[in-house]
Amino acid sequence: MTETTKTSADQTPDQPSASQFRRSWFKLKRNKVALIGGLLIFLYILTALLAPVLFPGNPSAPNLIMALETPSLKHPLGTDELGRSILGRIIYGSRVSLLIAIGAVSVGLIIGIPLGLISGYYGGKIDFILQRITDIMLAFPGFLLALGLVAVLGVGLKNAMVSVGIGMIPLYIRLVRGCTLSVREEVYVEAAKATGTRDTVILLRHILPNVMVPITVQTSLMMGMGILFAAGLGFLGIGVQPPTPEWGTMLSSGRSYLFHAPHVATFPGIAIFLAVLGFNLLGDGLRDALDPRFKL
Amino acid sequence: MNDQMKPLLAIKDLHTRFHTLDGVVNAVDGVDFEVYRGETLGLVGESGCGKSVTALSILQLLRCPPAEIQGSIFFEDIDLLDLDREGIRKIRGNTISMIFQEPMTSLNPVLTIGEQISEAVRLHEGMTRQEAWRWTVNMLQMVQIPGPRARAREYPHKLSGGMRQRAMIAMALSCNPQLLLADEPTTALDVTIQAQIMNLMVGLKEEFRTAIVLITHDLGIIAEMASRVVVMYAGKVVEEAPIKELFKDPRHPYTQGLLGSIPVIGRKAQTGRRLQEIPGIVPNPLDMPVGCRFHPRCHKAMDVCKKEEPPMVLLGEHRRVNCWLEADCEGKE
Repeated sequence: MTETTKTSADQTPDQPSASQFRRSWFKLKRNKVALIGGLLIFLYILTALLAPVLFPGNPSAPNLIMALETPSLKHPLGTDELGRSILGRIIYGSRVSLLIAIGAVSVGLIIGIPLGLISGYYGGKIDFILQRITDIMLAFPGFLLALGLVAVLGVGLKNAMVSVGIGMIPLYIRLVRGCTLSVREEVYVEAAKATGTRDTVILLRHILPNVMVPITVQTSLMMGMGILFAAGLGFLGIGVQPPTPEWGTMLSSGRSYLFHAPHVATFPGIAIFLAVLGFNLLGDGLRDALDPRFKL
Repeated sequence: MNDQMKPLLAIKDLHTRFHTLDGVVNAVDGVDFEVYRGETLGLVGESGCGKSVTALSILQLLRCPPAEIQGSIFFEDIDLLDLDREGIRKIRGNTISMIFQEPMTSLNPVLTIGEQISEAVRLHEGMTRQEAWRWTVNMLQMVQIPGPRARAREYPHKLSGGMRQRAMIAMALSCNPQLLLADEPTTALDVTIQAQIMNLMVGLKEEFRTAIVLITHDLGIIAEMASRVVVMYAGKVVEEAPIKELFKDPRHPYTQGLLGSIPVIGRKAQTGRRLQEIPGIVPNPLDMPVGCRFHPRCHKAMDVCKKEEPPMVLLGEHRRVNCWLEADCEGKE
């Protein structure tokens, strides 16, 4: 918190925040399934960051002589219909899907959390209006909503982020509102009010930290959803446009050669599967690890 | 002495209603009492008689709607009910603060004790972080928390119930309030800790000259702490008396019942009498009895009690009772 606390806290051997964190970390470490999830995400993020190192060439440069090669030493995962290395395109494609997922989740978090807090804390008319808007948004299947928004906004990386992100907003609003409703009735919130604390401070310092656990879990699951939606948009040809390597687009173009060159569609599919699986496993593991705080 | 004459807090004809789906609940129905500087006023009654709601009404901590507060609550010369949100926020924790019943849940689990206390000080006294932190450690020392420097950096789950209540008291007193509303501050604690907390509050009261409204159903605590007592029943004040007179000569049958229901060790052996109870339960707030609200449970109930509400009979300075029995006596004399 303050500088004084920081310096003096360093002198204290047992730091409560660390011990709480350590307890959750310990529980997470024992959960093998969650660890696998964490490992997958780690590799995924590493791949995205180190793409130029892992694949020095240009993943989009066509080489028609090499078209639809099966996996070999030179091209470990084979080549696509334009002779481009599938491994290279998967490595570079991880950047796009990760960017879209992070961008979309950020849109969801930045807009969803404040609205959820306000809706749950103040109640009344604001809550009613926000919840009816949320109802309307939730009435659309999430992917259809993203699809419609892309149709309005146009194709491209930024628009894909925003479209998928807007679909996440109502999910965050609902989650945060529900948790806020229970936390706002806690005696410590009343006690904070009784000491004259401002509403904004109550919301940000007293309520938000107490709803962070479900938000963290949800965010992990939302990342998986973001990757899936990014691939879905790409598959339909309205996500990131070729020649930029993108997993969904790769899947879609490989579809035509499914019978005589199945590797073209299979490997991007596996990449999508592993990335989404990683976030879902980690999300479940986080929920278990943070469980005692969950009911607070 | 001049201070003593003018009440610090004067509640006049306070009505707090809750609009529920089943109807309107009059939780506080025409309560009035005064609190003077530096005194401890006991507010006594069974669960659900409106004591806590009265305290929450003073600081306007009730959600409106469904709650609706009417009447006037004068703090010095300001009617708290006339203040806007910002006005009442500046009063809360600064000149009037409150201690809650549940020490286990009244501290935020994700903030350290020190952060929570220094927050209040910084808010009202405009101290810097470092000043506030020093002040907080002082306050923790004042409420006799051992190793306050280390405790301030700990999270609430590391402290016992008694410690947490001390921390709450430190938080409530951190801005030197003129009035402290203590809503059953020791109910959740065991008896030895109760005594410590009570002694602490008495000591701090004398040091800071803070007036205390002590809300409790424990007459033992009242006997030790309070100088004057207001007895509430079903949202109304039924009796008010200085502490000694109340214990010596309770006038309202309800007060008599309350005093009779205090267990005395060895009473049965000596007198053969069992512990007395007040028959029945608190009336349903949606369906209050006509006339005196206590009459269905009163063994002295007369015909008039069932028909008309009893008058408030003044028996002296700070001595009043809301009962037909006393009204009759006055008429006879």
